[in-house]
Amino acid sequence: MLGSGRAMDSGIEAVERVFRQERGRILASLIRLVGDIDLAEESLASALEAALVQWPGEGTPDNPRAWLIRAARNKAVDRLRRGALFEEKRTALEMEAALNMTPATNATPADEESVDDRLRLIFTCCHPSLGIEAQVALTLRTLGGLETEEIARAFLVPAATMAQRLVRAKAKIRQAGIPYRVPDPDELPARLDAVLAVIYLVFNEGYAASSGSSPVRREICEEAIRLGRLLVELMPAAAEARALLALMLLSDARRDARVGAGADGDAILMEDQDRSRWDRAAIREGLALIDGTLRAAFPGPYALQAAIAGVHAQSERAEETDWVQIVGLYTLLAELYPSPVVSLNHAVAIAMATGPAEGLRRIDALAASGVLADYHLLPAARADLLRRLGRFAEAAAAYRQALALAGNESDRRFLQRRLIEVGGAIPAN
Amino acid sequence: MQYMLLIYGNEQGMKTATPGDREAMFKAYGEFTASIVKSGNMKAGDALQPTATATTVRVRDGKTLTTDGPFAETKEQLGGYYLVEAKDLDEASKIAARIPGARVGSIEVRPVMPMPADYPRPKA
Repeated sequence: MLGSGRAMDSGIEAVERVFRQERGRILASLIRLVGDIDLAEESLASALEAALVQWPGEGTPDNPRAWLIRAARNKAVDRLRRGALFEEKRTALEMEAALNMTPATNATPADEESVDDRLRLIFTCCHPSLGIEAQVALTLRTLGGLETEEIARAFLVPAATMAQRLVRAKAKIRQAGIPYRVPDPDELPARLDAVLAVIYLVFNEGYAASSGSSPVRREICEEAIRLGRLLVELMPAAAEARALLALMLLSDARRDARVGAGADGDAILMEDQDRSRWDRAAIREGLALIDGTLRAAFPGPYALQAAIAGVHAQSERAEETDWVQIVGLYTLLAELYPSPVVSLNHAVAIAMATGPAEGLRRIDALAASGVLADYHLLPAARADLLRRLGRFAEAAAAYRQALALAGNESDRRFLQRRLIEVGGAIPAN
Repeated sequence: MQYMLLIYGNEQGMKTATPGDREAMFKAYGEFTASIVKSGNMKAGDALQPTATATTVRVRDGKTLTTDGPFAETKEQLGGYYLVEAKDLDEASKIAARIPGARVGSIEVRPVMPMPADYPRPKA
């Protein structure tokens, strides 16, 4: 009894372990084989149920992944045969024909199918014909290990809304004929940019100081890093994929130091962080990833941002920060990939390198252009420079402006403290 | 002369229709299609998948911009169409990007709804 009980436990554990580690990969292969995400998900769930029944008694198969793929593929054929719609019946026949041509093992013809199916899945999930929110949700659900409810919590929407978003996205893939393949070389750069944007958006969602250190948020950062690692593994030659992973690692390395104590701990500015709490292993890994990338003629946007994060990461103390180098990197970033936010950060770096007056001149010019009118960090940065220049009354006015725009509580508390420091009264509202 | 007859309708209404309503509509379309095939008026025609399946393709400064949804600007009006056979949405979008109008306006790429084999069609 005792023996069989243990065998059963280890069987169930084996199923769970294989499933946790391999779900994304199995699902990706199944989608290629059955041609539909929903059908692949449903038949994988049935195959998993079968494994939970069979493995504990019969022992874990030699190749658990191949077993699950084969079982799920058979479930899919069964399901399609029972399908009532003429369309599904046709698909069943086509699929059976295709399945009969491939050997029963998971052996696949060399060339095209030797591509890791997860790479196909990434490009399908991040297809520009899907809305960005749908891209993010699909990527996290199929390639990430997240349940629909977890994704919903992370993006602060009701679970039903997230489920609906996934259903619609999958329907569009099916109905519009969004292909399941790696884009042609001529499309690849633009399509890879879209994939990187999705992963970075996921990371920033988790990283935003707005929700402090809540575990769900941390999980989202970790998930983004996991996806970043996967992309580097699948596309080792893509410099920007490595740079994005580096950027995320170097930012995430500061995680423990950037939030104050307590459940709703306030964000701590980088200059005030306890740098002994930075994750040295993550920093080493991040720096190694971008080693040499800046020697490229036109470094990508992630490479430049990662290099900036790298300069901070290498500074033992805030006063030792090499602001001249950071200004140089921002100058290049602003030249190659201009954006108002980059201009703002560039101005702040100049203020740190050469004094607040020149930084203020640039921020004023940016403010006058009106492009960042709703962005609270513009008046906040302006207020900070005015404070450093001792122009407290103007600083107070700018802090009040920032307060009127700042959405989250942690930012507001920080701005209120600064407002008091410069002798301003907190606005009633 | 040839004329294009464009069918506008409320998608939401179709979504909330009962199966009976939908069947009746499908039957009515089948009968109408059969009648204009018989009379020799029918050149071509298809039902389209809902707007949620649409992709908009624009070409600006030589770069193809592909976005989700049917976002023709209100200052743009329907000016023509092509019906193409393509292996998937990417191929269809690439063809769309080659249409001269994509450089100044936008091309909506919308999949055609598959119909049963016995649905009335004009003779090729």
